[in-house]
Amino acid sequence: MLDSDALSDRISEILEAHRGLEGPLLPILHAVQEAFGHVPQAAIPQIAAALTLSKAEVHGVVSFYHDFREAPAGRHVLKLCRAEACQAVGADAVAGRIKAALGIDWHETTPDGRVTLEPVFCLGLCACGPAAMIDGRLVGRCDEAVLAEVAK
Amino acid sequence: MKLYVPLDSAAVALGADALVAAIMAEAARRGVTVQVIRNGSRGMVWLEPLVEVVTDAGRVGFGPMTVADVPGLFGDLSSHPKALGLVEELPWMKGQTRLTFARVGVIDPLSLDDYRAHGGLVGLDRAKAMTKAEIVAEVTESGLRGRGGAGFPTGIKWKTVSEAAGDQKYIVCNADEGDSATFADRMLMEGDPFTLIEGMAIAGLACGATKGYVYIRSEYPVAIRVMEAAVRVARDAKVLGPQFDMEIRVGAGAYVCGEETSLLNSLEGKRGVVRAKPPLPALQGFMGRPTVVNNVISLASVPVILAKGAAHYKDFGLGRSRGTIPLQIAGNVRFGGLYECAFGLTLGQIVNEIAGGTASGRPVKAVQVGGPLGAWFPVSLFDTPFGYEEFAGKDGLIGHAGLTIADDTTDMLQMARFAMEFCAIESCGKCTPCRIGSTRGVETIDRLARGDASAIPILTDLCNTMKLGSLCALGGFTPYPVMSALTHFPDDFARSKEAAE
Repeated sequence: MLDSDALSDRISEILEAHRGLEGPLLPILHAVQEAFGHVPQAAIPQIAAALTLSKAEVHGVVSFYHDFREAPAGRHVLKLCRAEACQAVGADAVAGRIKAALGIDWHETTPDGRVTLEPVFCLGLCACGPAAMIDGRLVGRCDEAVLAEVAK
Repeated sequence: MKLYVPLDSAAVALGADALVAAIMAEAARRGVTVQVIRNGSRGMVWLEPLVEVVTDAGRVGFGPMTVADVPGLFGDLSSHPKALGLVEELPWMKGQTRLTFARVGVIDPLSLDDYRAHGGLVGLDRAKAMTKAEIVAEVTESGLRGRGGAGFPTGIKWKTVSEAAGDQKYIVCNADEGDSATFADRMLMEGDPFTLIEGMAIAGLACGATKGYVYIRSEYPVAIRVMEAAVRVARDAKVLGPQFDMEIRVGAGAYVCGEETSLLNSLEGKRGVVRAKPPLPALQGFMGRPTVVNNVISLASVPVILAKGAAHYKDFGLGRSRGTIPLQIAGNVRFGGLYECAFGLTLGQIVNEIAGGTASGRPVKAVQVGGPLGAWFPVSLFDTPFGYEEFAGKDGLIGHAGLTIADDTTDMLQMARFAMEFCAIESCGKCTPCRIGSTRGVETIDRLARGDASAIPILTDLCNTMKLGSLCALGGFTPYPVMSALTHFPDDFARSKEAAE
């Protein structure tokens, strides 16, 4: 865990790197999440001050988008596509078996902090579904065998 | 030995990266020098990963490849179990009219020399010698309509921006391709990014815009990487510069940001909430300035229109749907992928002849055309020709030309429920019919599922309210999948109470 000074310094660097951009908030939030694995509450006042926004406005943006997390995820993030093309090839059943094996529902993390399970609505792999993304890596025609990749 | 192995997301998701590693290892073991080019996908997803080996006769395809098939590539190619013959001669390839996707899968996506050698930058060079009005007239004359789904004439949009007063104007490319069954934007950006860059540069000339943005959804990591690299290459080669430059921006997982006004809000760093129109984005768009917002395929179709002339493009198509459309065939399908052809094939030809029916081998029950906001078409409407007006005439839409094929095991009540659920999850919350109507819609369909047929008129009325009262297509078009399912598959909604209990 970073102490608050280190966090503040890192965010200052990120803010500095995004100076001069038009509409910089999303790129900044992506960079913050990349650096910390989530968007820490403590970052919000600092970002707001730098962009002359209110804290509420920054919080509103963070909470609007599915990608931004307010708490760290598990060691692995498993995203399963729930959209129609994947449903047409059995995505619901695959998701059901994976949920049962992990003992968690959508948006939850296993108690050991190993896996966070998230729905995603389309990865653009609609002709080779069911589609999944494991820690950023794409998987086509996925089934519960993907669990092996999040076993540790 | 020269080989092509796609970097396309679908190929990678099916093991292309592991194949490249295996090819390099096998080559090293045999002491053979190999050159592996990471190309885009040819669009034959059922054959991915598709490896192509360059021979004297042309590029010979092998697929779907596994690591175990790699050593055979170093032996007698004609006896390789996965040999497909010359890729260009495969029926899927020969049947197409590839204008926008002419180079995808063919060239090295990040080689500007390759791009030029295959006709790239001819359109931009021609545009540089034209006036703004001449470029706009050429695009208008081509009949190109917005490929994102709305079908608005691209030339008219450009004319509005071109003639608008303003010191700073923008070209914004909507690459927030969130509709299920669509992946044409992704394939183009991964396989031929310079075509999009060239199209945006031409749009910049036509409209007097010096700055462009490509807003790519975060679910497309490969497309983001390729586009960012391509922008750097184009900048180094002075294709981009002070006269027109661009940035790649990444979305954050909100489906509604594919709607142009919420995309603009997102690009400005705000919540991706829909804006009421007017003002039109063409007059007050990004940062309140005149802005073209076009889909990837609309912009990527511009270079070939300028290079070959409006008449060449307009010659293809039917009725008011001119040119070609990249069909994206998906779901439970035997031959899925991208197939670019002139407008006008019937839905039945696409599903049965090109796509070969379902992967499961079971009968097709329904095809959803145009993504999660598109109608489900039953087999009885398979004679509908693929065109904007033709699909609208059957209470549907072509949208971004994605088709989800579903077999007879599909429960259409569940698909209707999913449409409402998806709308509830992704609603931006600005307008009431969408924000609240979608949740009431899920509840009402659950009543039907419990055998309460009295909910049918309520669902119909709710859909009517959403259709007429929503600010954008998310709430406004969610009734399409719901009502088409109810209309064409009433049996799936007629649950008996006993069965439900």
